Amino acid sequence: MLRGIAGAAGLAVVSGGLLTACDSSSSTSSSGGGGKKGGPITFGSNYSDPAAKTAFAALCTAATKSTKSKIKINTVDHNSFQENITSYLQGTPDDLFAWFAGYRMQYFAAQGLAQPLDDVWDKIGSNFGPAAKKLSTGLDGHQYLVPLYNYPWVVHYNKSHFAAKGYKVPTTWDEYIALAKKMKGDGIVPIAFADKDGWPALGTFDILNMRINGFDYHTKLMKHEIPWTDKGVTTVFEHWAELMPYMQPGANGRIWQDAAKTLEAKKAGMMFQGTNQVAAQYVTDKANLDDLDFFTFPAINPAYGQDYMDAPTDGFMLSKKAKNSTAAKDVLEYIGSGAAEATYLKTDQWDVGLATGLKVPTYNAIQKKSVAEIAKCKAVGQFMDRDADPAMATAMISVIQKFIGDPSTGNIAKLQKSAESQAKAIYS
Amino acid sequence: MSSSTRTHAPVAPAVAEAPARRRRRGVRRMSRRDRIAVALLLGIPLLIDIAFVWVPALGTVALSFFKWNGVGSLSTKTCQPNLPSILNNGCMDGVQNFHQAASNYPAFWPAVWHNLIWLGVFVFIATPLGMLFAVLIDRGIKGSRMYQSILFLPVMLSLALVGIIWEFMYSQNLGLINTVIGRNGSTNAIDWLGDPHINLWAVLVEATWRQSGYVMVLYLAGLKAVDPTLREAALVDGANAWQTFWRVVFPVMRPINIVIMVVTVIESLRAFDLVYITNKGINGLELLSVLVTSNIVGETQRVGFGSALGVVLLVISLVPITIFLYQTFRREESR
Repeated sequence: MLRGIAGAAGLAVVSGGLLTACDSSSSTSSSGGGGKKGGPITFGSNYSDPAAKTAFAALCTAATKSTKSKIKINTVDHNSFQENITSYLQGTPDDLFAWFAGYRMQYFAAQGLAQPLDDVWDKIGSNFGPAAKKLSTGLDGHQYLVPLYNYPWVVHYNKSHFAAKGYKVPTTWDEYIALAKKMKGDGIVPIAFADKDGWPALGTFDILNMRINGFDYHTKLMKHEIPWTDKGVTTVFEHWAELMPYMQPGANGRIWQDAAKTLEAKKAGMMFQGTNQVAAQYVTDKANLDDLDFFTFPAINPAYGQDYMDAPTDGFMLSKKAKNSTAAKDVLEYIGSGAAEATYLKTDQWDVGLATGLKVPTYNAIQKKSVAEIAKCKAVGQFMDRDADPAMATAMISVIQKFIGDPSTGNIAKLQKSAESQAKAIYS
Repeated sequence: MSSSTRTHAPVAPAVAEAPARRRRRGVRRMSRRDRIAVALLLGIPLLIDIAFVWVPALGTVALSFFKWNGVGSLSTKTCQPNLPSILNNGCMDGVQNFHQAASNYPAFWPAVWHNLIWLGVFVFIATPLGMLFAVLIDRGIKGSRMYQSILFLPVMLSLALVGIIWEFMYSQNLGLINTVIGRNGSTNAIDWLGDPHINLWAVLVEATWRQSGYVMVLYLAGLKAVDPTLREAALVDGANAWQTFWRVVFPVMRPINIVIMVVTVIESLRAFDLVYITNKGINGLELLSVLVTSNIVGETQRVGFGSALGVVLLVISLVPITIFLYQTFRREESR
């Protein structure tokens, strides 16, 4: 008995022994390449959803064809992958691993868990614009990531639904609220909303903050150069509180997949989330993807209009302990080309590539529009859990869930205080 | 972790079997073979115990005074205030972790409180329920075998599975409960697992569903061990069923009661699986065990901080353990 409890407490120390390989599966990409430069490359992948897994396998096959290196894919369920990343990178990591751009990449690069990819970027740099390069650059000025795709966080809706009811796409906050009111009057949920997993609602905070206070303010807040008790943050929560009556109630107990289903069933009029989730869910549920459309979040502060949004970027990094760096870098070089992105996006019907001037014949309407809208932005955020210290994002998850539970003015002040005192502990 | 249902655990059987004519230097009089046997039988478990329980536990205590994100090495230099967290890694932080947990970590006090609620529900609801089931089945009502199986079924499921099963019951728009009571619409749905005011109780229903079956089985074993002549004697003395149970049977079952008490305390302190499956232990379902895990495992590794929470849990756990051991040893001596 004693053993069990002390053991539970003692588990703490055995980090690295907690690597779960649950749900992990290996597959070697099919076309033989004779494995030059010391055997096959291992590739840690979190592309665990069926559709993404297929797309990723196609990408690896194409990479093998191009570089003549065999690639062994180790797929791990993405939640486990993210949870175990620290132990994984210090244990026996794969040569290459899938990860996210922004601070979330810089955090691991700064701790010496990844190798700089400057030589790769020397070759692929011409394929990308300055924004993509900035997203791949660590705090020390070296590149650590090769991006694959990004996707916008926007307001999704069904075209036929809007046409049937005579709804107009709103461009300003007032129009947005008016439309939501009208939908509520028509007896549907204006804005499908779910936050059981904790992270989806962070996107709503991000967009409101960027619309109200602008991009620079948002980045400073994420780096804790502006305190969470700031007036600007209060304004964000006040706007959100105004929107709250029109958002699907009981969000803290609902997963986003179920919220997307209410949009599919036209029980909800709109849903603000990434195309990577909503459009992918339409494909998974075999819902009518052609009917799905989106608009960028309406303008609030005229000074910033619709200049910014979250468009998270996913890519790949080379682990410090890679056994086969040379061959792995060749693979990254291939992945950093427009051709590779196009190969991946044949299967993936909701993300868009980052290579400049990329022509993907298989793009559907959603993807084409995503490209256009991201291009219009003056700057894109990555998402709170990628822009801020991971511990702060975790703290904000519970703060925002508490806000969803009680969006009253008194509670906002309390939550801001709590966020700030946690930020002080985390960022020092 | 299994709890032994032995009525009194002699601490070391090997010693208890020592010759009856004990002298002060009785151990010396064992032959060499005996000594080797004793050394092996005691030594190996002791080594395993030290290596896998005490070293990690003490390591956790040590770690709780550091600020560390699980990467790189620890150093004995003191943390500098106002440096970015990446540069302030592996340094000595004194009791800062404990101070932060108690002062500005919003999940901490709710977690302690929820652990206590959990304990309260187990003690005052789950255990009496289990007792009741056991007594009813023990009286040999019709179909007692079937009831026994039904009540014991949840105990055989892993708690993670129990959590998943109850998701089907509690789901807002598609769940059985809301559908039956007609509250599964888009506006009137009861958010059983998402509303921080009720989700703890919803999960406690799940936990009780399983725990009471567990207690029932332990009690049944205890009741079977009660000497039937006692009951006959009580019957002859004209005691009714109520009196027989409380005045005769219950006192005889003292050893089992202690075991059940310990099991209950421990089960409520290590409650983890259900809330983790439900929502990773956030938003009204904070528990100490989950806080330890979510700070140590996961992308956000605050190993020092998580260890501090682990130490708090350890200290809380030591209270019932100490009481239990004290009781056990005292009984051993009084014999």
